[in-house]
Amino acid sequence: MPKLSVNGRPVEVPAGAMVSAAVALSGESRFRRSVTGEPRAPLCGMGICFECRVTIDGRQHAKSCQIPCEEGMEVRTDA
Amino acid sequence: MRTSYDVAIAGGGIVGASCAAECAAAGLSVFVAEPNVIGGGATAAGMGHLVVMDDSPAQIALTNYSRNLWIDLAPQLPADVEYLKAGTVWVAADAEEMAEVERKRAVYESIGVRAEVLDARALAEAEPNLRRGLAGALRVPDDAVVYPPCAARYLLDCARKRGAEIHVGMAARELARGVMKLSDGSKIAAGIAINASGAWAPELTPGIEVRKRKGHLVITDRYPGWVRHQLVELGYLKSAHSISTDSVAFNVQPRKTGQLLIGSSRQYGAEHASIDAYMLTRMLDRALEYMPGLAGISAIRSWTGFRAATPDKLPLIGPCDADPRLYLATGHEGLGITTSLATGKLVADQILRRATAIPFEPYLPDRKHEEHSHA
Repeated sequence: MPKLSVNGRPVEVPAGAMVSAAVALSGESRFRRSVTGEPRAPLCGMGICFECRVTIDGRQHAKSCQIPCEEGMEVRTDA
Repeated sequence: MRTSYDVAIAGGGIVGASCAAECAAAGLSVFVAEPNVIGGGATAAGMGHLVVMDDSPAQIALTNYSRNLWIDLAPQLPADVEYLKAGTVWVAADAEEMAEVERKRAVYESIGVRAEVLDARALAEAEPNLRRGLAGALRVPDDAVVYPPCAARYLLDCARKRGAEIHVGMAARELARGVMKLSDGSKIAAGIAINASGAWAPELTPGIEVRKRKGHLVITDRYPGWVRHQLVELGYLKSAHSISTDSVAFNVQPRKTGQLLIGSSRQYGAEHASIDAYMLTRMLDRALEYMPGLAGISAIRSWTGFRAATPDKLPLIGPCDADPRLYLATGHEGLGITTSLATGKLVADQILRRATAIPFEPYLPDRKHEEHSHA
């Protein structure tokens, strides 16, 4: 059961869960902002639509639906 | 559509657009034929860097004049032109390149261009994502970047407001002796015909010394603040000026959007527009040598374009000896965005026999070519 943080809030997820699941569990529904400032969240869940991008351990534009959660990850959304 | 104009321009890139704007502003009737889309050639392919270059006295004069015209124009540019005064940072990797920094600073000072030397620590503070161990840099704070296709569209809008006719989807097939023959078979009579078709200019004016010089670029997702200046390696002077061989140089620039443009490459003899994987790889490897953190950045697109290169690295601007009613405005190589505004001024001034702000002779199409040799 990896523990990580989403926007500073602690989240615990089942092993193998993707970061997108952790963000959803944290209660955050807005993953990123579009170019014109609109909220965005995962659409395809398979790495194609790029709408799930978040910042993971300082790395921007990481596709959260494709990255498994790891212990201690710091995730930030941009919404 | 009329059939007679003072000026008929082949090419709606930024150079043709600037010529149209200046001629129309001077009260001349102007016709522009653009076969594809406005600013769709080298104008759309380049970075949009507005930079003073010091390769030769004539290049200094033209780029300095034109960059100052951009600075004057900046307050009137629409937001989508994305004028950003990021400033150029010429990065010196070693002591030899630091000597070049000092030489360059003295040149800029002599022409009134602000420039400051950064030592290794100041460079690291200015651009934290550059690798450590670089020697320093020269910062030219008034250099800027624009999004060139929108700049071309703006200049053509200015021309249109003064009565110019812009025809998109119409190609000039012939251009000589005051006549432009169009792809639909019609003919335009013009006091002056201007060939502003970039790397394709020799198709309309055979025999001119303009060759295609291919380049690659990559653009990334948005990383605001990751790069703050327009970063160019001083080794660029060694590589970009080599006239015969393929070369790459570290050149990374931020757009106002926060996206990063990563360049650059130069190739002769490559006529196809597709990506050359080996050149793209070389180019990105060079960029990674200077900015290792780029490896974690998400690139979203790469493309190529063709610069219009001349043997002496200066554009061809003005009337042809053999046909004084035929003007050339091409051969701007990698500096066409910077020098477009000055080109329009020089063309309009020569047509109207007005005094020019800088000597026009170095850019005349029939000047004697002197091959530059660079160590």
